[in-house]
Amino acid sequence: MIRTEKLSRHFDDVVALDSTDIHIKEHQTTVVMGGSGSGKTTLLRLLAGLECPTSGHIWYGKDDLNGISQKNLYKLRSRMGMVFQYSALLNSLSVYDNVAFPLVEHTQLDESVIHTMVTMKLEQVGLRGFEKFMPSQLSGGMAKRVAFARALAMDPEIVFFDEPTSGLDPISAGVIASLIGDLTQRTKMTSIVVTHDVHAGLAIADHVILLWQGKVIAEGTSDVIRHSDDARVQQFIEGRPDGPIPFSRSETSYIEDLLHKPGTVRMS
Amino acid sequence: MNNEPAQQNNAILFFGSLGRWFLRAIESMGDATVLSVTSLAHLFAKPWQGKHIVIQLYALGVGSFVIIAITGAFTGMVLALQGYYTLAKFGSESLLGSGVALAIIRELGPVLGAFMMVGRAGSSITAEIGIMRVTEQLDALQMMAVNPKARIILPRIIAMIISLPLLVSMFDIIGLGAGYIVGVELLGVNGGAFIGEMIAKITPMDLYAGWVKALGFGILIGVICTYMGYRATPTTEGVAKATTQAVVAGSVGVLILDYILTSFFL
Amino acid sequence: MQSYRKTEITVGIFVFLGIMAMAWMAIKLGQIGGLGSSGYNVSATFDDAGGLRAGADVMLAGVSIGRVASVQLKDQDEALLQLEIQQGVELTTDAIAAVRTKGIIGERYVRISQGADDKIIANHGEIEETESAINIEDLISKYIFSSSE
Repeated sequence: MIRTEKLSRHFDDVVALDSTDIHIKEHQTTVVMGGSGSGKTTLLRLLAGLECPTSGHIWYGKDDLNGISQKNLYKLRSRMGMVFQYSALLNSLSVYDNVAFPLVEHTQLDESVIHTMVTMKLEQVGLRGFEKFMPSQLSGGMAKRVAFARALAMDPEIVFFDEPTSGLDPISAGVIASLIGDLTQRTKMTSIVVTHDVHAGLAIADHVILLWQGKVIAEGTSDVIRHSDDARVQQFIEGRPDGPIPFSRSETSYIEDLLHKPGTVRMS
Repeated sequence: MNNEPAQQNNAILFFGSLGRWFLRAIESMGDATVLSVTSLAHLFAKPWQGKHIVIQLYALGVGSFVIIAITGAFTGMVLALQGYYTLAKFGSESLLGSGVALAIIRELGPVLGAFMMVGRAGSSITAEIGIMRVTEQLDALQMMAVNPKARIILPRIIAMIISLPLLVSMFDIIGLGAGYIVGVELLGVNGGAFIGEMIAKITPMDLYAGWVKALGFGILIGVICTYMGYRATPTTEGVAKATTQAVVAGSVGVLILDYILTSFFL
Repeated sequence: MQSYRKTEITVGIFVFLGIMAMAWMAIKLGQIGGLGSSGYNVSATFDDAGGLRAGADVMLAGVSIGRVASVQLKDQDEALLQLEIQQGVELTTDAIAAVRTKGIIGERYVRISQGADDKIIANHGEIEETESAINIEDLISKYIFSSSE
């Protein structure tokens, strides 16, 4: 359904994503995993069209996201939902208005119909009764669930999740993870989850993509990943501090940096 | 050891940074213009943002009325007091009305009104949009197929353009009223002379000058403050810096534009 | 939605008050349109306008009856003034217009003294008799020269 072709994104000198080719299948939960700075959030933002690639293509069926008109992009997005890392609820609106927002914006539905739909969505995420709360009154987990309900409001075909379990206690994280799994199966939507939470990620994934330094290093079902013999994959899954993935990201020599004090000018 | 190369180095550094600063200033001006023009292009496009313009008029215009009224009243009072003691030395107290009116309508109403709006409404625009950037609310709008330029930037610029001339006119009248009370009731200038001189000396050109200035300042503040917020570095510090910069750039911009417009209207 | 209605009404009041403020200034102070322009024009030619500017008062018997609409140079030699006189004020054809000063440092104004004629100056008429501004320097030099002789 979604295909990338030699997709790259550079931030000045930093390569966030390096010529990746991935394929995301319909009605599946695809989990993109990787450490911090592995390029997974960048990949998500590129897929959602929030950023433009430095080079390469993203194909939605036959539509290329490069050079797409704003009108067509918005049409495409009306089939998408996104749950942001920090929920990104609109501060000035109540929980009800946040969930109703996409419906009010893009449909001519009657207020009573919208009310029913919002109530249904909030029930799905277990937050019925919190309609009048403002985002600032919610805990992180609740805000994320409201964001989830908002993403589902338009019954999207594709839902993006950016770190859906980060910063949550284990129970909230588990609730969110099982919600993603359940809803993907029940509503036949395509979920793309970006996370560094190995446990939750492997639990809900139909397909896992493991990124490291902007490149895909492993791909397959959860079992394939679990039993991968790539040392980097094993290190990431088990969270071992030492292995082929170094903790230090410095490229210069430690001794050099220590000797090179600021303010000294070399005379050579 | 030898200072010569070091000084030269400093001069190069100075001009280098000055040049860089200047180029960046020009670049942001162009960037801000493009942003506001593309945003304002949505004014007549569907969906119509009228409701959001009204909400912003309430937040920026109605919300600033009290501070504008207080500023206007004290400006008028101080002008009457200062003007009285200066004019009394020449026995021309009767000119007080025209002095206060000219100063307020041509200069102080638009300029002080604009300063208050930069400080109160402008800074809140920048901080609000900046925080929406940090918390990914702008991206969330994008993902819900709502254009943040049309929804967030456009209503704020339009509300600023509409409310500044209205607020400045209220500032003027409150200032004149306060000046009258101090001049006539407290200092004992002849009331008839005060009003007579005021009416005699104010020409339509003075009024146009005041309103055109208010309109220009409204556009300037709206453009600068929305731009600073929209392009803020998405960190807490970035938003704080953007807010400061918006207030500084807005105030300085108002003074520069004031000079340019005044030179046109003299 | 209830709160939005309230917002709308408040904004409506705000805009209305603002426009009222503008209108009041325009009509009362600027005398733009309607009330202000209910006057007629009279011209007068002076040898020396003494730095008089547009907007200066026109007084008759110490009462303001209009203002100077424009000051122009005429025939490269004289000053041509357009005076805007309030409706209802009638000036005789032999009235005298003079440029005078209010107070010691005060500003210039046009003082008009009525004559004895029965005829009235019509719109776009001319005040023929004028007295130029009194130049203090000229007076002083005249005094010095006359006393030294």
